Amino acid sequence: MSRLTSIPLPLTSDDLQRGRGSRRVSPNLVAGSVILFVIIGLVLAAPLITSYSPTALNPTQALLGPSLHHLLGTDELGRDQWTRLLYGGRVDLEIAFLAVLASFVLGTAIGCLAGYFGGWVDVIVMRVVDVILAFPFFVLVIALVFILGPGTKSIYIAIIATDWVSYTWIIRREIVAMKKHEFVLAAAALGYKHTRIMLRHLIPNCITQAIVYSMSDVVFTILTIVTLGFLGLGVPPPTAEWGSMMSDGQQFITTHWELATFPGIIVVVIGIGLSLLGDGIADRLRVE
Amino acid sequence: MTDPLLSVKNLRVELSTRRETVHPVANVSFDLAQGETLGIVGESGCGKSMMLRTLIGLLPRGGLVTGGQIVFQGTDLLSLDEKEMRDVRGRSIGMIFQEPMTALNPVMQVGEQIAEGPIAHLGFTKKAGRQRAVELMQQVGIPDAVRRLRAYPSELSGGMRQRVMIAMALACEPQLLLCDEPTTALDVTIQDQILKLLLQLQESTGIGMIFVSHDLAVVSQICQNVAVMYAAEIVEIGSVASVLADPTHPYTLGLLRAVPDFDNVKSVLESIPGIPPNLAQPPDGCRFRARCEFAQEDCATGEFPLLFTDGDRATSCIHSNSCRDAAHADPVIGSRVLR
Repeated sequence: MSRLTSIPLPLTSDDLQRGRGSRRVSPNLVAGSVILFVIIGLVLAAPLITSYSPTALNPTQALLGPSLHHLLGTDELGRDQWTRLLYGGRVDLEIAFLAVLASFVLGTAIGCLAGYFGGWVDVIVMRVVDVILAFPFFVLVIALVFILGPGTKSIYIAIIATDWVSYTWIIRREIVAMKKHEFVLAAAALGYKHTRIMLRHLIPNCITQAIVYSMSDVVFTILTIVTLGFLGLGVPPPTAEWGSMMSDGQQFITTHWELATFPGIIVVVIGIGLSLLGDGIADRLRVE
Repeated sequence: MTDPLLSVKNLRVELSTRRETVHPVANVSFDLAQGETLGIVGESGCGKSMMLRTLIGLLPRGGLVTGGQIVFQGTDLLSLDEKEMRDVRGRSIGMIFQEPMTALNPVMQVGEQIAEGPIAHLGFTKKAGRQRAVELMQQVGIPDAVRRLRAYPSELSGGMRQRVMIAMALACEPQLLLCDEPTTALDVTIQDQILKLLLQLQESTGIGMIFVSHDLAVVSQICQNVAVMYAAEIVEIGSVASVLADPTHPYTLGLLRAVPDFDNVKSVLESIPGIPPNLAQPPDGCRFRARCEFAQEDCATGEFPLLFTDGDRATSCIHSNSCRDAAHADPVIGSRVLR
């Protein structure tokens, strides 16, 4: 071999530092994770934390007000409010996370195909997206749930059917910008298949925006589910759910403010937690 | 003589945009022997990059091959379907690009990027792919290869990234390597290292190379033969030594005169007057006519195909003798780039 292979190009301290700089953990990420971790932990551990049933009626114990036995008091049917708050989280958070995950996957796949192949696929997909985006989100969701009838399944369908477009819109725009980069041409020049180029080269470069958006989207979806519950279109009673708890509690707002207030507060806290987490993830994933 | 590795015959490409249709490659023919390095020089927009992309079947949207043949190892690449062409790319023909900054995936570790070709084309396992990546990285002179496997492109210097790209292009041991100005974005010392690396890799693997550049000095350093491209056509072709020392086309002469002469620093840097023709409506006759000091009336009409003069040399100029005489009158021509 010639002398070429041994041309010394030692690592400089600059090289080493560049590798380290991006690894710092932001306070947002920590705070957001802690808030969510605590709330999700409490919700999942509900049967261990409280011995009451979230649905069993106990009319003799109605509207008791906060005490050591009932931390947040009881509602008009004698159900422990703290218990219902924890179990309600199971319903609201599960629907929100799963519906957003489904929208995320569906919307990313469609947006990626539309952006990568362009042409008439792109035109058709983007017109559908425009039409759905043109409707006010809540009106569309409420109309869909109304048509499909109340119940968990209709809530899933209504949210996914309206929410995938956001991801399609974000990803498609990113893909269109990203596919002009030379590394995509280089991947094609190496003879890779379209699926490989999309999955391994394009999507990893475009996904950050969608992930960050999905954090605020979970908050928005929780609000949607809670609103549906509040309007009586949500998960049917007697299942505990934050929206219906607020709606039931509001008639006692003058005497028992805690019934409607705490479900509201927990939604706000989750919102803050997810926003902080989204910010933290954005910092972390930002491509240099 | 054995069959050439690659034989391009009368290749024509058109590129349609909404406003107009241009012809970035017009009637291009050349042969490339096994283990030969052919340089293609010409100014920006003369169609040299577009020709490389045609060879590998990756024309931009609106691009269309309207005629000719690209015979590679006995097969006409233009007759292959998309799937067969995909196998040729990467496995038989590798390509390296101008911008090492943008030609690597920024969110993928370089080891993974190098191993991807063998995994996708040759069915390597992940582990074997990693092993192959280390070998390749050592082969292209990346020190500390095992640790660098996990580096992201942003953590590497420009020269290192270009080495990674060369390793990627060579990962499946192609027989032909297309280089699209691989050293243009690098500074001179790194450029020199990369050129030496390419020369050495070619010696050890016997790979055929097409090297597109606008830098005559680079071409003279690495290529045996050179084709000069002007306005979508090859106007002169021959061995580097003869073309650069004894140009027979006025455009080549102009390019040589435009190379700075560092032995005579006070002289004014010469340039070729005028601008190249619009490739949407190429002029009749010789395309260089409007900028040519030797142009006569007979240059204005007719076809100007490459005509072989002596041996492997060919020129499209019908007044090549006047050009030659002018070149001989200027003793510095050639010596500036041939060192």
